[in-house]
Amino acid sequence: MSLTGIFLILFLVVHCYINAQIFWNDGGHKFEEAAHFMGTNFIIRTVEIGLTAFLLLHIIQGLNLWLSNRSKRSVRYTVSAGNQTSAWYRRSMGVLGSLLLIFLVIHTAKFWIPNRASQISGNGELPLYHLMKDEFQYGWVVIVYIIGCITLSWHLVHGFWSSFQTLGLATHRYKYLINGIGIAFAIIVPLVFALMPLAFYFHWID
Amino acid sequence: MEHYHMNLTLKVWKQKNNNDKGRFETYQVKNISSEMSFLEMFDVLNEQLIAEGKEPVAFDHDCREGICGMCSMHINGRAHGPWHETTTCQLHMRQYKDGDTIVVEPWRANAFPVIKDLVVDRTSFDRIIQAGGYVSVNTGNAVDANALPIEKQKADEAFAAAACIGCGACAAACPNASAMLFVSAKVSHLALLPQGDPERKIRATNMVLQMDKEGFGSCTNIGACEAECPKGISIENIARLNREYLGAAFSGSSNE
Repeated sequence: MSLTGIFLILFLVVHCYINAQIFWNDGGHKFEEAAHFMGTNFIIRTVEIGLTAFLLLHIIQGLNLWLSNRSKRSVRYTVSAGNQTSAWYRRSMGVLGSLLLIFLVIHTAKFWIPNRASQISGNGELPLYHLMKDEFQYGWVVIVYIIGCITLSWHLVHGFWSSFQTLGLATHRYKYLINGIGIAFAIIVPLVFALMPLAFYFHWID
Repeated sequence: MEHYHMNLTLKVWKQKNNNDKGRFETYQVKNISSEMSFLEMFDVLNEQLIAEGKEPVAFDHDCREGICGMCSMHINGRAHGPWHETTTCQLHMRQYKDGDTIVVEPWRANAFPVIKDLVVDRTSFDRIIQAGGYVSVNTGNAVDANALPIEKQKADEAFAAAACIGCGACAAACPNASAMLFVSAKVSHLALLPQGDPERKIRATNMVLQMDKEGFGSCTNIGACEAECPKGISIENIARLNREYLGAAFSGSSNE
C-alpha cells in the first residue's frame, strides 16, 4: 500500500505541475506544449504503463487489506468508540478510495481515454486545453471535480503520513516533519487541482 | 469533590463459552458510591446476583492497581473505559451520574476468543512473546547497572516501550483488530538496548509471523491503539517495528 501510494503521490506532483501551466493564461500554449511532451515522450509513456499497473495494484492491495481486516473481528462491538479514539478519515480510507475510483473513471473518460484512443487510431492528440475549457462550462462537472478534490485531500491527509509510517520512516525525529509536509501536500495539491475547473467556469482564464 | 451515590443500569455481555452466541443481560445496581472503582461496582453487582441465586458475571482482574494488565472491559465503546491512560480497575465511578446506562462488552477480536462473559483468552499474546520477545544470551550474574553505557534517550524510549502490560486494549480498540502496538512495544524495548541487539532481526520476523498466525489484523495506522493504551505506548514504536521487520526481511534473517 505504502510504496504504490508514494508512487501515486509522485504522479500527482507531475500531473499538478503540468496542468498548472494553464494558469499562465496564454490560451493554453504552455499547457499544450507540456501535454504534448507527456503524451508523446517514449519514457513518459512507458512510465504511464507502470502508473496504471501501480494504480491497479494499490486498489487490489486496498481491497485485500479491507477484506482481510474485516474478517479478524467476527462479532462486532455493539457500541463503538467512533471519533473518540480516531479520526474518521483514518478509518475511511477504503470509502475515500472508492469515491476516488469513481471520480477517476469519470475523469479519465473525459480526457485521458479519448486522447489516447485518438492517438492510437492515428488521428493525433486532442486539443486538451479546449476540451478542458468546454467541459468546465458545465456546473455539474465542476461540482464533481471539486468533490473529487476534497476526497483526494482527505485520502492524502492520512495516506501521506501513513505510507512513511508503514515504511518505518516516521520516527521520533521525522514524524512532525512528515506529518506537516503531508498535511500541506494534502491541502495544496487538491486546491490547485480544484482551481482549474473553477478558473474555467468563472472565466478567470480563457 | 463531592461524594455521591448513584443507581445504574448495566447492559453486560453474557456468554456461556466460546461456542455460545452470547447476548446482553440488563442489570440494575443501586447505591453505588462515586468513590468505588469500576471493578468494585462489578463486585457489588456479583454479590447481589449471588444473593438472588443467579450466576455472577465472569470478568478478569488481578492487581487492581493498574499495573498487571489483567482487567479488560470494553465500556460504552471504549477499551478500559473513557479515561485517558487508565485501566478498567483504575476507572472510578465518579465518571458516571445517577441513572446512567453503561454497556459492557468483552474485548472483541477473533484472536481473543471469549472464555466466558467478559473473560477473553489472551494467550495469543503469550505465544507472540514466546516467538521472540526475550533475550536468550547467557547473562550470568547480575552486572552492575552502569557497566553497560546506554544513551539516555534510548534508555528512556526503551523504558517507555517496556511499560506495556500486555492487556490487549490496543488490539481490542483497533478497527482492524491488529496487535501491532503490542508487538511493536515488545520489539522496541529490546531492540533499543544492547542486550536485545544480537537477536533483533529474528525477533522482529518471528514475532510478526506469530502475530499473523494468531489471526490479528493488519495495521493501517488509524491510531486508536495509541489513544486507548493505558500505558501511553506511542505508535512511533510501530514505525520502529516496521523498520526492524523490513530491515530483517532485506537481510534475509528468519528462523523459518
